[in-house]
Amino acid sequence: MTVVEPRPLDSFIDNDEKPIGYGRMLRKEDPRFIRGKGRYCDDVQLPGMLHLAILRSPVAHARIVSIDTSAAEAHPKVKAVVTGAALAEKGLAWMPTLSNDVQAVLATDKVRFQGQEVAFVVAEDRYVARDALELIDVEYEILDPVIDARKALEPTAPVIRDDIEGKTDNHCFDWETGDEAATNAVFDAAEVTVSQDIVYPRVHPAPMETCGCVADYERVEGKLTLWSTSQAPHAHRTLYALVAGLPEHKIRVISPDIGGGFGNKVPIYPGYVCAVVGSIVTGKPVKWMEDRSENLISTGFARDYIMRGEIAATRDGKIQAIRTHVLADHGAFNGTAAPVKFPAGFFGVFTGSYDLEAAYCKMTAVYTNKAPGGVAYACSFRITEAVYLVERIVDCLAYELDMDPVELRIKNFIQPEQFPYTTKTGWVYDSGNYEPAMRLAMEMAGYEALRREQAEKRARGELMGIGVSFFTEAVGAGPRKNMDILGLGMADGCELRVHPTGKAVVRLSVQSQGQGHETTFAQIVAEEIGIPPADIEVVHGDTDNTPFGLGTYGSRSTPVSGAAAALVARKVRDKAKIIASGMLEVSVADLEWQKGAFVVRGDPSKSVTIQAIAMRSYGAGDLPEGIEGGLEAQICYNPENLTYPFGAYICVVDIDPGTAEVKVRRFVAVDDCGTRINPMIIEGQVHGGLTDGVGMALMEMIAFDEDGNCLGGSLMDYLIPTALEVPDWETGYTVTPSPHHPIGAKGIGESATVGSPPAIVNAVVDALKPYRIRHADMPLTPSRVWDAMQGNPKPPV
Amino acid sequence: MQVPAPFEYERATGVDDAIALLDRLGSAARLVAGGHSLLPMMKLRLANLEYLIDINDLHGELGYIEVEPGQLRVGSMTRHRELLESDPLAEAFPIFRDAERVIADPVVRNRGTIGGSLCQADPSEDLSAVCTTLDASCLIRGSSGSREVTMAEFYRGPYETAVGDDEILIEIRIPVRPNGSSAYEKVERRAGDWAVVSCGAAVWMDGDVISDARVGLAAVGPNTTGIPAISEALRGKVPSEDLYAEAGAIAAENCTPSTDMRGSAEYKRHLANELTRRALRRSTARIHGQGV
Ligand SMILES: Cc1cc2nc3c(=O)[nH]c(=O)nc-3n(C[C@H](O)[C@H](O)[C@H](O)COP(=O)(O)OP(=O)(O)OC[C@H]3O[C@@H](n4cnc5c(N)ncnc54)[C@H](O)[C@@H]3O)c2cc1C
Repeated sequence: MTVVEPRPLDSFIDNDEKPIGYGRMLRKEDPRFIRGKGRYCDDVQLPGMLHLAILRSPVAHARIVSIDTSAAEAHPKVKAVVTGAALAEKGLAWMPTLSNDVQAVLATDKVRFQGQEVAFVVAEDRYVARDALELIDVEYEILDPVIDARKALEPTAPVIRDDIEGKTDNHCFDWETGDEAATNAVFDAAEVTVSQDIVYPRVHPAPMETCGCVADYERVEGKLTLWSTSQAPHAHRTLYALVAGLPEHKIRVISPDIGGGFGNKVPIYPGYVCAVVGSIVTGKPVKWMEDRSENLISTGFARDYIMRGEIAATRDGKIQAIRTHVLADHGAFNGTAAPVKFPAGFFGVFTGSYDLEAAYCKMTAVYTNKAPGGVAYACSFRITEAVYLVERIVDCLAYELDMDPVELRIKNFIQPEQFPYTTKTGWVYDSGNYEPAMRLAMEMAGYEALRREQAEKRARGELMGIGVSFFTEAVGAGPRKNMDILGLGMADGCELRVHPTGKAVVRLSVQSQGQGHETTFAQIVAEEIGIPPADIEVVHGDTDNTPFGLGTYGSRSTPVSGAAAALVARKVRDKAKIIASGMLEVSVADLEWQKGAFVVRGDPSKSVTIQAIAMRSYGAGDLPEGIEGGLEAQICYNPENLTYPFGAYICVVDIDPGTAEVKVRRFVAVDDCGTRINPMIIEGQVHGGLTDGVGMALMEMIAFDEDGNCLGGSLMDYLIPTALEVPDWETGYTVTPSPHHPIGAKGIGESATVGSPPAIVNAVVDALKPYRIRHADMPLTPSRVWDAMQGNPKPPV
Repeated sequence: MQVPAPFEYERATGVDDAIALLDRLGSAARLVAGGHSLLPMMKLRLANLEYLIDINDLHGELGYIEVEPGQLRVGSMTRHRELLESDPLAEAFPIFRDAERVIADPVVRNRGTIGGSLCQADPSEDLSAVCTTLDASCLIRGSSGSREVTMAEFYRGPYETAVGDDEILIEIRIPVRPNGSSAYEKVERRAGDWAVVSCGAAVWMDGDVISDARVGLAAVGPNTTGIPAISEALRGKVPSEDLYAEAGAIAAENCTPSTDMRGSAEYKRHLANELTRRALRRSTARIHGQGV
């Protein structure tokens, strides 16, 4: 079912409908944030707490000849100085990454990227810790760095990972998907083929709060409490147990309020491990908070895919096949966070929203002397790259066929009756109804009128562009049959307790970094058991107080934990029904659920509220046969499939022909994330993601010079968009529920980040049509747009 | 949080006190005005100093905009925001308001000062380009007295000025001439970013012809660049699109941009041309009471 309900753009939005269930509602967590009562890692103050600072490599590639820490150790306020050699004695110099590679906690042999951790100091305060770093003397023997991924596999390239036995090159992995022979056959016979080199440059999530932690190892109890900026506290706990050899029941990971994650806080960083070691060594709590530059130069980056996209079609615009080759730059260690069987994440959805005959992708990943990471920044496990590729190459085809890009897309959409649809790379799209979403976006944008305006402007020499993208995402990892991270299945637990007075506590494994979980999950439970969201406390981010689950990233919280919350509430409701039948002295079959109460069928005067049932469940008196006291339940939800949200985006840009500055004038975003729990929160997620998209399309890039110096180490150099670069977002929606999700919901957290960059780039390229430009790479800074206007578009360095 | 190295802090109570402190503490000391350039450099440990002399209490003494016959004087502690909001200044030199609207953001403008901006001598600094365009001069004072230098003398290279270790910039003096106007144009990658290129222009008319014109460019050389060749080419001419184009071409030829993250040298050269035309066009339109 598709409901097309555009919201009038000028309508007043009441953001507090006081729903008992789904609907607009102000966020329960916001008073805390607005009034400065949020509690972040850096707010944690413990008696006797010490501070840790990390000495980082100033160069991209060098052998460590010697480290002299004596001057730092002699500082009266320094409590410990630890080097890689010291960690190696404890077997802790290296740690596994989320992709079954290893990464140095502190460098022992070589440094492999600028900003790599070399030593740490624990001192009485943050200032002394930082000052003491300057007292450490490291002698480096500089080695040639590998900076350009295109040159990483040249036989003469220096070998970065000589720590791996027998490694003689910088090859990281190869991966392929689809049917090569079938795809080649379609290409060979095709009437039209288009090939385009497309780079998705390295960008950084740059959350407002940098990464950090407070480690408190209590020697008598042997218990480690770790407050950390983690998007996945449970997974981290298990990994600390496996790596550091601490027993898991003696580790408590607390992710308090988190100031933005975007994937940047999924990995375990060396700094966390250093803080744990620091606390064990000194017997005191140790705080480590990285500064802005450390965050930008050393933590999980995103993208860095050098792609060739090829598309085959008939002359009248029927797309037949897509083929792509990708060179993936993984930096010095493969720190990609993705389910293990998916080294390229979910890049396999590069077939997009189109019904194809064949598809094939071959990827080669390489090591370079750059920071590790590789999957972050709201990317849904590489779907950002995939969607960008397909939505750009489809526009290239439209350009070659001189066809309207919307018409080309609509002509090739997977049709509603084809769902569930299995793509040529094996993904099973659960549900979709693409054309109404596309048409709604066109209607909201006034597409025909925009094209007329564009024609008039072009005639006058003005540059106006209209860009379209249509994306399908695969989110909600994932089914345990094929998805795990380092052996941990991606199912989520959830626990619900209704107290005697009818107030409830729901405990989640996922962790909010700003997504509004404390509201959304209360609403999901409210919808099922009729207790107002205000009466439902959402507990999350503390491994001692919540059930196991894999955390918040890849838009998985609602698809996985949201399902768990709905199902656990239904379990409670089922039990409540039996208790109600006892209270009303009727059979269960005679009871009807009206949100908040069980009513006797045919006799509305006889009913009991959920609150009364709760009191009864803990109260005196007998309960029905076989029913235990209390009103609580627990569940672990294993998703049957991913969910496949989609959307249609239209962007309008104006370019100053004299200065090549791009102004995003309008942006229409129609999203379909299935059932909408809190429309205000959904809009917030979309607004944020669209803003991210403007950043990536127009200004963001982590660049390096040829020596491997990171050129994006501060927010003066790494630009993030402000309110002045973005238009008033025009959002709309359709609703196509997920058939397998208990409440029909799909993920929304990353849709806009995924869908907006191609719309913006397509708009810029469209504006440049008078210059016969078919493609220009991000970031489309004025200088790079001007290069394109001179007929000389350049890949980013 | 980025933390600076240890330093000692003194608050100057007046200009003489500041000079006395500088005299005593020598090159190990630095003045801090708005702090928006100096503090980030200290936190990044690019600026390491032993003593910080805070001159914010001098705002009463050195925060002013005085319009006098034939000259306008701006005290070095005048803050960006005061420059932005001053109507007499905008009336005399609209270029100031143009520039202040695109310098940094309100938080920076609330504290940053014209003195700090000029003394920072960043090659992309906007107020330097404004002062160069307006043929300003700088009054500098030290223990051995005061001296006045032209903008060309003031800049000695990137981040280097004529102000000695024991001296302080007191005020900026701008000659006021009749029948003139001015404008400022800037291209930035994002609001609040430093200029990719920016350009100031000032034009004075005598009837239908240009009696004098000046152009000042930022971010296309080691310091802001005044381009005397443009003044020569424009004097005595009737303003026209061709004339602006000629001036633009001179600007492009006479600058020395380099390629960096903000843009390629070729693009910056193109902008020098484009923005020179725009700023001249807008200045003359303003003289004729047209446009903003
Ligand atoms: C985010 C951000 C964006 C910015 N964007 C722009 C921009 O777009 N365009 C632009 O032009 N600028 C920009 N700036 C710089 C801003 O204008 C600064 O405020 C200015 O450069 C310095 O002024 P200040 O008073 O803060 O100087 P301070 O930082 O206090 O001092 C700078 C230097 O000048 C010296 N100094 C200060 N006052 C005197 C004096 N009276 N006599 C002698 N020496 C003195 C100090 O010792 C120091 O060396 C930006 C700054 C930031 C933080």
